[in-house]
Amino acid sequence: MMRADLKRIHDWVPEGARVLDLGCGDGTLLAALARDKGVTGYGLEIDHEGITACLARGVNVIEQNLDEGLANFEDDACDLVVMTQALQALRRPDRMLDEMLRVAGECIITFPNFAYWRHRAYLGLRGYMPVSRSLPHAWYDTPNIHLSTFNDFEHLCRDKGLMIVDRAVGIGDHEGHWTSRWWPNLFGEIAIFRVARHRG
Amino acid sequence: MTELPRDSVGLVSPEKAHFDDPLALACGRTLPAYDLVYETYGTLNAECSNAILICHALSGHHHAAGYHSQDERKPGWWDAHIGPGKSIDTDRFFVVSVNNLGGCHGSTGPASLNPVTGEAWGPDFPMMTVGDWVHSQARLADRLGIERFAAVVGGSLGGMQVLQWTLSYPGRIANAVVIAATPKLSAQNIAFNEVARQAIRSDPDFFDGHYADHGTLPRRGLKLARMVGHITYLSEDAMGSKFGRDLRSEDLNFGYDVEFQVESYLRYQGDTFSTSFDANTYLLMTKALDYFDPAAAHGGDLAAALAPADCPFLVVSFSTDWRFPPWRSKELVNALVRAGKSVSYANIDSPHGHDAFLLPEPRYQAVFAAFMQRVARDQGLEDRP
Repeated sequence: MMRADLKRIHDWVPEGARVLDLGCGDGTLLAALARDKGVTGYGLEIDHEGITACLARGVNVIEQNLDEGLANFEDDACDLVVMTQALQALRRPDRMLDEMLRVAGECIITFPNFAYWRHRAYLGLRGYMPVSRSLPHAWYDTPNIHLSTFNDFEHLCRDKGLMIVDRAVGIGDHEGHWTSRWWPNLFGEIAIFRVARHRG
Repeated sequence: MTELPRDSVGLVSPEKAHFDDPLALACGRTLPAYDLVYETYGTLNAECSNAILICHALSGHHHAAGYHSQDERKPGWWDAHIGPGKSIDTDRFFVVSVNNLGGCHGSTGPASLNPVTGEAWGPDFPMMTVGDWVHSQARLADRLGIERFAAVVGGSLGGMQVLQWTLSYPGRIANAVVIAATPKLSAQNIAFNEVARQAIRSDPDFFDGHYADHGTLPRRGLKLARMVGHITYLSEDAMGSKFGRDLRSEDLNFGYDVEFQVESYLRYQGDTFSTSFDANTYLLMTKALDYFDPAAAHGGDLAAALAPADCPFLVVSFSTDWRFPPWRSKELVNALVRAGKSVSYANIDSPHGHDAFLLPEPRYQAVFAAFMQRVARDQGLEDRP
């Protein structure tokens, strides 16, 4: 059973695309895309167990720290760059977005939505930093140093003149309820954006 | 009689293949006839689809795993990674490990007889290149009935041979494992090799390579060469933690005899090597290292040079390797990516410098084993019962 955001990405990726998966984890997505859609590409990862799992699956995985950029990938090296649940852990998410759209014309990004109602309630009512399924860490040991909301990310794309091709939300293992489609910033636990280099 | 470890391939004995068809070499000369000494571990399956070729490094040889006798103190040089249940699992794979031409462990080399003159080749043995070795290895594969290797695997200079395999015989290699290697030597690498060569060549017992005719051996030169080489194989940290500034005796003795433990260690390494390795072979092997540069024929564009390669690569480097540092492996990985090839890369944390590729280390073994497991699956090899 694939995570909700991975399932959505799986549907969005075109047949035979060359994909770069940033923070590819154990290679679940790339393996499924290779099997179902003839996708080729590479995953970048620094987690040791993730790298080993990718190798055992036959997923091309390169040990590389995303904070060091993507300089080893040429402009338009691939069709699509995917980054799931890693944006919030990077030093400069805005620069990474530029890099992703240099390496490919389009990218898919997912991240935990800090404005999800449960997160708001945690902070607003209880007065603690939110801890949830999508934000499982305590404030002192979290890798998530740039938390943002559905709306924040839309703003960033607008400021950069990028085109949001599609957007969706995930809640836990499921696709969003109708409420999250209408009010994604409040009811979406996971934000899923498909962004292209140019408007229109 | 002691019992051999259960995860060992056990007792092994080398075999020799003789070749009468001349081998044209990169230097323009031809080797009229030659022998290759090799060992095999495991069993070649009926489809001949489970063969793995091991390529050795500068001072390596064909004895990669197992024991030559019950009394042999140490197993083959890569026993940590070859054997039942190990990364290169001999319950699944048939492993071929060959001593390269120009070597001094049984394959034709400077100490062998030149069939034309009837005398030992000595320094007249033709200069070998990585490409020449790969051609000779392909002939051995023909002889053994192996059309295509499930994987060709090697560390350091061995890794360069693997890379050359993907370029010279892309149809005969299904997977490439390149460990602690580099797509070409740096000026500093060549400089260290040159110091080693000068140490040998300036030894009065060297006689321009004709030491056999004079009944001598350039032991001092070879010892120095090995001492210099050995420093580049270890990391500063590894040397520091192993020896520090420890002294052999309690006090300084204000002389030039061995005082520090590290001196004692280097001298011991040099002495052992100088009695077991051939000087002309050492010279020739260091030149083969220096010459290797597949990108040179493509104006330095490594990605262009890699165009013929057609198999998945695993590239592995070690964090404290300063002989062929991680960025040299990354250079190869990046070129493979630019060329659109299938490649995976892992940089293993190890304190052991370049030598780490020879040693067991849990993450190194996990990475290596995971890749080889996938190789076995892709070749349709049965899982172990």
